[in-house]
Amino acid sequence: MSTFLRSILLIAFLSVGNLSNGQDKEMPAENSHCLNCHANHTYSFFNEWLEVETRRMMNPFYVLDSVNYVAGVHGGFSCTDCHSPDYETYPHNAELKLEPLATCIDCHGGDDTYADYQFDKIEEEFQKSIHFQKSGESFTCSKCHDQHYYRATARTSSAVSEIVSYNNNMCLSCHDNALRFETISSEESPKLSQVHDWLPNQELHFDMVRCIECHTVVVDSLMVSHNILPKEEALRNCNDCHSSNSMLKASLYKYENLQARSADGKLGALITNEAYIIGANQNPLLKLLSFIIFGLAVLGIAIHWIFRIVKKSK
Amino acid sequence: MTAENNKIYLYPLWLRIWHGINAIGIILLILTGIRLQYSELSVMPVDFSLAVKLHNIFGIIVTVNYFIFFVGNLVTPNKKYYKIKPKGLVKRLTKQVNYYISGLFKGEESPFPISEKRKFNPLQKYAYIFVMYVFVPVAIVTGIALLFPELIIEKVYSVSGVFLTAVLHGSIGFLISIFLLIHLYVASIGKNPLDNFRSIINGYHDVHPPKKDKTTK
Repeated sequence: MSTFLRSILLIAFLSVGNLSNGQDKEMPAENSHCLNCHANHTYSFFNEWLEVETRRMMNPFYVLDSVNYVAGVHGGFSCTDCHSPDYETYPHNAELKLEPLATCIDCHGGDDTYADYQFDKIEEEFQKSIHFQKSGESFTCSKCHDQHYYRATARTSSAVSEIVSYNNNMCLSCHDNALRFETISSEESPKLSQVHDWLPNQELHFDMVRCIECHTVVVDSLMVSHNILPKEEALRNCNDCHSSNSMLKASLYKYENLQARSADGKLGALITNEAYIIGANQNPLLKLLSFIIFGLAVLGIAIHWIFRIVKKSK
Repeated sequence: MTAENNKIYLYPLWLRIWHGINAIGIILLILTGIRLQYSELSVMPVDFSLAVKLHNIFGIIVTVNYFIFFVGNLVTPNKKYYKIKPKGLVKRLTKQVNYYISGLFKGEESPFPISEKRKFNPLQKYAYIFVMYVFVPVAIVTGIALLFPELIIEKVYSVSGVFLTAVLHGSIGFLISIFLLIHLYVASIGKNPLDNFRSIINGYHDVHPPKKDKTTK
């Protein structure tokens, strides 16, 4: 297929992806130069040494998922906004691999546009975390938040399960991937199902609760706590979540987009609740009703009993 | 059934075994259930995960045990006590209610005294039928569903299936606990408050002839 035809198909594909995502962002036209190769599993170029057109496999780690890219928070960015313009020539200069890439705080530090996200506070919290304590500066934001695809699901999605799976996949991308784990730690990656075998209904918890619910210190002023704790300090007390003052209300359910679903009064919480948490989903109406019925039953029995005693003593 | 020395053999062995297991099971299910639903009330000083385990184990025991009751009532003569007779039902129920709230205190005789043919008074009979053939089966089915949440329909319109099942399970559990409370109290109404408790253990019910009943004590 000619490069021209592939470019047309690529642009058509990107626009379809864009429409289906309902995003107002568009893939910047200048990116097509990079995506010609980096959005495909194979690429071709003219080998000037051999003077032949050559087709090769693309290193899978360098293949960009353009649909996810456009849907991500940085989807409107040009490749060269972050990467060196020297990448525009091929073969790329080997030294370019060593170029320092911007971290979140380089662009978002003191950023008023995204003040709500509190990047500076996040950075402060992150520096207390086990990730920073163990790996220092080499543990960059992008280890969890892939700049190419990251979406602020917790703030935008109203489905708990989507927020949970998106968030947990960030943790699992290393903690359930021996290769990636190796790039951070020389220790062997622990088997998650084994270290969590104390947890009843493990699978259900993994599907419905974010790892960070138990593995971070919840900070009231931050949406997502970034102070990931050492494993020994992770939460292991069921009552902290399974009670009427469930900790989840201060973490997972603190998002406005989730609260909006149950904002229509007390019954609303009963009707629109997606996730059921034993002990935490106490419906005030049912609770009151049950206390009244129980009270009446006890009162009725007590009165009847008193009459029986009175009758017997006569 | 045999009647000797004013005693009638009302509760056969299989029924007493079922009742014993059911009694212990239901009490533990209620206690662990409240512990799970209202952790802040500290009803039971046991760990949450232990309460989950106990609730699951006793739930399974009560479920298996339920089949003893169900099959027992299909194949033994005990089934006759559970036959629904709609004719004059309201009248019979009213009579029994009146006895409990007034006749009992006026020293009247029970309108439906226990005999070999009639183990339960009408109120008792229909309460048992309702609890054993509606409440307990619903608690069992919703309990199994919560034990295997993947079996539950994910969404009923916009409401979570698990949430609905859990609310139903909790509410039925609550109603069973109210039944238990009343059941235990009503069982204490008799010649001697402990008579009925003794009967469900040894199987024999003391029959007190009406006239004699008034003169004793």
